[in-house]
Amino acid sequence: MAVSATSFGAGRSEPIWLVRLFDWKPFLIFMCMLPALGLLLLFLTYPLGLGVWLAFTDTQIGRSGEFVGLWNYESLWHDRIFWMSVTNTLLYTFVATVGKFALGLWLALILNNYIPFKSFVRAIVLIPWIVPTVLSAIAFWWIYDPQFSIISYVLVDVLGWRDTYIDFLGTPWNARFSLIAANIWRGIPFVAICLLAGLQTISPSLYEAAMIDGATAWQRFWHITLPMLLPILAVVLTFSVIFTFTDFQLVYAITRGGPVNSTHLMATLAFQRAIPGGQLGEGAAIAVAMIPFLVAATVFSYFALANRKWQQGGRDD
Amino acid sequence: MTDAAVARRILDDDHPPAPTTPERTGVIAWESLPRRLVTVYLPLACFLIVLLFPFYWMAITAVKSNEELYDYKNFNPFWVSSPTLANINKLLFETDYPRWLTVTMTVAVVSTLLSIFASVLAAYAIQRLKFKGSPYVGLAIYLAYLVPPSILFIPLATMVFQLGIFDSPLALILTYPTFLIPFCTWLLIGYFKSIPYELEECALIDGATRLQILWRITLPLAVPGLISAGIFAFTLSWNEFIYALAFIQSAENKTVPVAILTQLVEGDVYHWGSLMAGALLGSIPVAIFYSFFVEYYVSSLTGAVKE
Repeated sequence: MAVSATSFGAGRSEPIWLVRLFDWKPFLIFMCMLPALGLLLLFLTYPLGLGVWLAFTDTQIGRSGEFVGLWNYESLWHDRIFWMSVTNTLLYTFVATVGKFALGLWLALILNNYIPFKSFVRAIVLIPWIVPTVLSAIAFWWIYDPQFSIISYVLVDVLGWRDTYIDFLGTPWNARFSLIAANIWRGIPFVAICLLAGLQTISPSLYEAAMIDGATAWQRFWHITLPMLLPILAVVLTFSVIFTFTDFQLVYAITRGGPVNSTHLMATLAFQRAIPGGQLGEGAAIAVAMIPFLVAATVFSYFALANRKWQQGGRDD
Repeated sequence: MTDAAVARRILDDDHPPAPTTPERTGVIAWESLPRRLVTVYLPLACFLIVLLFPFYWMAITAVKSNEELYDYKNFNPFWVSSPTLANINKLLFETDYPRWLTVTMTVAVVSTLLSIFASVLAAYAIQRLKFKGSPYVGLAIYLAYLVPPSILFIPLATMVFQLGIFDSPLALILTYPTFLIPFCTWLLIGYFKSIPYELEECALIDGATRLQILWRITLPLAVPGLISAGIFAFTLSWNEFIYALAFIQSAENKTVPVAILTQLVEGDVYHWGSLMAGALLGSIPVAIFYSFFVEYYVSSLTGAVKE
């Protein structure tokens, strides 16, 4: 890079005090952090606090509320639909995360083999993650159609395994598992590509040593792959759990919480009560109720990260 | 070299060949072709079919005529016998689709530029101008990424209303950076770390100011990182849903994902042909964008997780 002293000198046409000011470190740091911290404090930290406050009020759309203490939480405590949304969210997060990680790890292990056109295959695998979730959710909505579902068509008319078409979204349990399947479908690429990056950092010499010692494929996986993958697995797991737990788009697009509110997640229920229902205070209370779960996941993530630096002999920087 | 040849060479060798590249780590020395077929290619094919089928189904539905769409007895549903552009035509010329596309594009581009600007400065300050407490600011920004939009949209809706920008694209441009800045800053901190600090020291000795160093030395070297952050931010804002759903009310200001879901569904009758055409056309811009920058996506996705 040809940067000479004269080219820097050319910029000296500005007033000298301005140049001095911008070279004064505290001022420069302040100016550099201002846009990012300003936006985050105004549109992230402040609303987070405002949300907690709103949950203690009876605010409605178009009417500023008054402090009502724990009233919102008390009414939620006796609200059957709220508790159903909590159990739905936990079930959804648990089953979808297990499914995503089992299948994603399997796909990552497959992709870690020698495969022709590997980068092309890897590019294709990521597509479900790139496309807007709502739009692929609409495709799933159509796949789950009661009359024209292509899955039912294959099972009934092509393979003859069933006599009737499946009502995917009509009954609560079918609808829940249909949503979980769509979520797993969308989550596999992210998990697989992240874990593949982790797999590629594992030194081949470990596998060679294990093979010389006569380790089976399962032993190599259990004693080498999994422990070496654990740090990155923990981070991806945290991200995945947080974003599955607070998922909104898939459920809103496919069932809107139906049939009869049986597939609401906490996020969709909060939206339902707050925006179309107008009860901002109650919606905020439902959203705030998600925070303890998220904090638990974040603390887990922090310790996983710290642990990882310690394992690699690095320092926190 | 074909796989059969690879397998034969491996079988013929007395000593298992040392894997030459990291990509070969998974190859087990005594694997034969039939075994690889069952353990690698067959599951891989299943995965690819399942992952891609919804898009195929979306595309094939979008070009079907109505009589073909709802008649599985006389037509093979997996294929289209007489493709029609009627659905796409209807979407492009009888709805506000071009308008939604412009709004989405504007919001995505402006919020991306805004976030990149803020993130570059913040990442530079945290990584290069090391100050007391900079690790904590970095950690705080990382934690900000873990705050999901689903718990912020209700208080943000009231704020947007009070600021008088409800139902305007400006509401989205100002709120999207809340999830873009943490991600981009985190990515750029990692990228700046990889640029040798000696280059900056040389410039400092030559009498450059800090801002000149950032503008003329660090930024040109960080261009790949900027591209990664930029395309990622663009994709995230294109795909954003809950803010766009909550803050925009009038049909002409909606973004593509929201508009397809709310404007094309009329009552209880779903026009699956035009819905699928909408989903397809809404996905194509990101898909094209993605195909140009695949490697950047993979590196930023994995880089952000590893950081």
